[in-house]
Amino acid sequence: MYLAANGRPDAPPRTPGARRRVPATVLALGAVSLVTDVSSEMVAAVLPLYLVLGLGLTPLQFGFLDGMFNGATALVRLLGGRLADRRGHHKRVAGAGYLLSALSRLGLLLAGSATGAIAAAIAADRLGKGIRTAPRDALISLSGPPETLGRSFGVHRAMDTTGALLGPLAAFAVLWATADAYDAVFAVSFCIGLLGVLLLVVHVPAAPGPAAAAPPAPRAAPPRPSVLRDPAFRRVLYASAVLGATTIGDAFLYLLLLRGLDLPPALFTLLPLGAAAVYLLLAVPAGRLADRTGRRTAFLIGHAALLGAYVLLLAPVSPPTVVGVLALLGVFYATTDGVLMALAAPALPVAGRAGGLAVLQTGQALARLLGAAGFGAAWTLWGSGPALWTAALALAGALAAASRIMPADLPATSPTAPEAP
Amino acid sequence: MNSLSRRLRLALTVTAVLLLAGGSLGYVLHARHRERPPGQQADASFRIEEPGLYFRDTAGGRVARQPGSGLPRVTGGPSCDRFHTAGDHALCLRKLPGVPARTEALVLDRGLREIRRVTVPGIPNRARVSASGRILSWTTFTTGDSYNTAAFSTRTAILDLRTGYLIKSIEQIPLTLGGARHHDSDVNYWGVTFAADDNRFYATVSTRGATHLVEGDLRAWSAKALRENAECPSLSPDGARIAFKKKVSDDLRAPWRLYVLNLATMREQPLAEPHSVDDQAAWLDDSTLAYALPGQDGRASDIWSVPADGTGPPRLLAPGGSSPASVR
Repeated sequence: MYLAANGRPDAPPRTPGARRRVPATVLALGAVSLVTDVSSEMVAAVLPLYLVLGLGLTPLQFGFLDGMFNGATALVRLLGGRLADRRGHHKRVAGAGYLLSALSRLGLLLAGSATGAIAAAIAADRLGKGIRTAPRDALISLSGPPETLGRSFGVHRAMDTTGALLGPLAAFAVLWATADAYDAVFAVSFCIGLLGVLLLVVHVPAAPGPAAAAPPAPRAAPPRPSVLRDPAFRRVLYASAVLGATTIGDAFLYLLLLRGLDLPPALFTLLPLGAAAVYLLLAVPAGRLADRTGRRTAFLIGHAALLGAYVLLLAPVSPPTVVGVLALLGVFYATTDGVLMALAAPALPVAGRAGGLAVLQTGQALARLLGAAGFGAAWTLWGSGPALWTAALALAGALAAASRIMPADLPATSPTAPEAP
Repeated sequence: MNSLSRRLRLALTVTAVLLLAGGSLGYVLHARHRERPPGQQADASFRIEEPGLYFRDTAGGRVARQPGSGLPRVTGGPSCDRFHTAGDHALCLRKLPGVPARTEALVLDRGLREIRRVTVPGIPNRARVSASGRILSWTTFTTGDSYNTAAFSTRTAILDLRTGYLIKSIEQIPLTLGGARHHDSDVNYWGVTFAADDNRFYATVSTRGATHLVEGDLRAWSAKALRENAECPSLSPDGARIAFKKKVSDDLRAPWRLYVLNLATMREQPLAEPHSVDDQAAWLDDSTLAYALPGQDGRASDIWSVPADGTGPPRLLAPGGSSPASVR
């Protein structure tokens, strides 16, 4: 598989000028994610209504179904990373994940009103999402020179977010055109999901791009690298976990905005769109900036933006606050999500990259879950004001700690992947 | 796959896009053709005048009447997702197509002519008309009210036809719980039932993870919690008892049982229905209740009846029906 990459006729010529271009594999993976997100967000947007109205499930049962598999996803993600690292099967593992999610729509279509079958379909979707994430990010990180990774991830995340924004619109359009035929949403989502799988199969090369894998790097195929033993990676992991644990969850921020302004609850669904739009616009510039000024700095600045959002909410809420909080949230995502992957990837050996990224993503997700749960508890106990003060102080403390823990700067051009002349 | 030429890959992609777009379009067109037009009006001959059991026929979604046990049902009422009738009026809730979900509450007279139409957010859940027909209430499920976007909350409205005054959500009613004024934004009301004086009402409130039966006063605009764990109350015609569903199990497949509460003694009596009932029961007379259960033999739901004193086996009243309302 690796050898095949050397002979690819369409591999971009590795001249300094060509490096300005975003690698074709990153664009292809971005397109796959865009299409897949349209497919999955279509279903996510209508699933609550379908289950409760169409099938007569009680909201209680729906909440149970919905929350049932969230914990398992984290474990599956680790498994996906592990599988992908074995003999470099990134594309195959990611493809299996995409295919599983696409097929789950077919499951929803055929399940009818059988609750067990619906639960199985939802589980298959989450499973697919868990499996594919780490191998896909590893593929992105292996598809370009390390010094432009921030931009690569920025491009991918921007395309991904575009899909997430388009999905609900597509679902509403289908419901509108068919007078509420939910099965039509599932059928269209299935077709779009299949297209995503096909784009992956046809346009994404099986082996990591030439930039990272082609040179016979000494660490290209160690027996089983334990990423946790690498001190630089470990420090990134700790820093991201500490910061993650002081992240209170967007939903709380939106709720504080709605309460402060006494806005109609219907707007609740629009607020995330605002933040996503800012994220979409800033993902690429933020990634480029991170490449230039250091990803560590960008990552810390992103969390400082989140702290800014908390502080804004501590003051009485006014309409400009809404704009400010949404913008800061967008900045936070643009400078942390893809940037963290770009930050950590060069520290990971090629053969342990998917697994390492999976560990990092899982660690961050679990820490955030903890943070949101803690904030929820604090809110219930002390009320929203004191809870937010606590969160802001904790985040400030975490920022100080993370700036010390985080390695000064990971080598953008590490000996792992030397540049060919 | 790496050896595929650029042209071949392009051809493959274009073919796939065309095929899948064609498939999507075909399915959408097929679904569009198949869906029934929503919101059919009642046939001119169908009126709420003759006695019998009025209910929603799950086969076509329209209101039907069953004159008596074993007699053939008469169809031809309006299409409703939830229905109730009493006194001079009927209430028909319809889910409007599209997202976000909205519900249309239609107030009809006995000739099923439209008197008033209100559109509210959410999907239809409960409908109730007071015995005189002058006061109506409905509940919808809505999404997106709380930070857990997937969670549902309820919205209950009360419409007074004497004054035309509509309270779109009764959430702000001052509530006394455990002897103290209760303030919390997480209160949710559902399943209102009215007393014969067209002023007193009962409903369910949920707050901080528990549900309570509340007694409310429309004129005084206040409510107090009477008892924990009693949902979807339904006051008997004589006003002495309340039928309700009680949560008896954490098993999500069968959480509730039907009970009757004696308001004089505040003692509750489980009814003989062994299945979990997720419905606001309707009194057929002072000693019998009707309610919907998930249907048998592939029907969406069936209407059953059971004696209100805890005796006797349940009886299948109207297969393929929901939203029962008795007109005498």
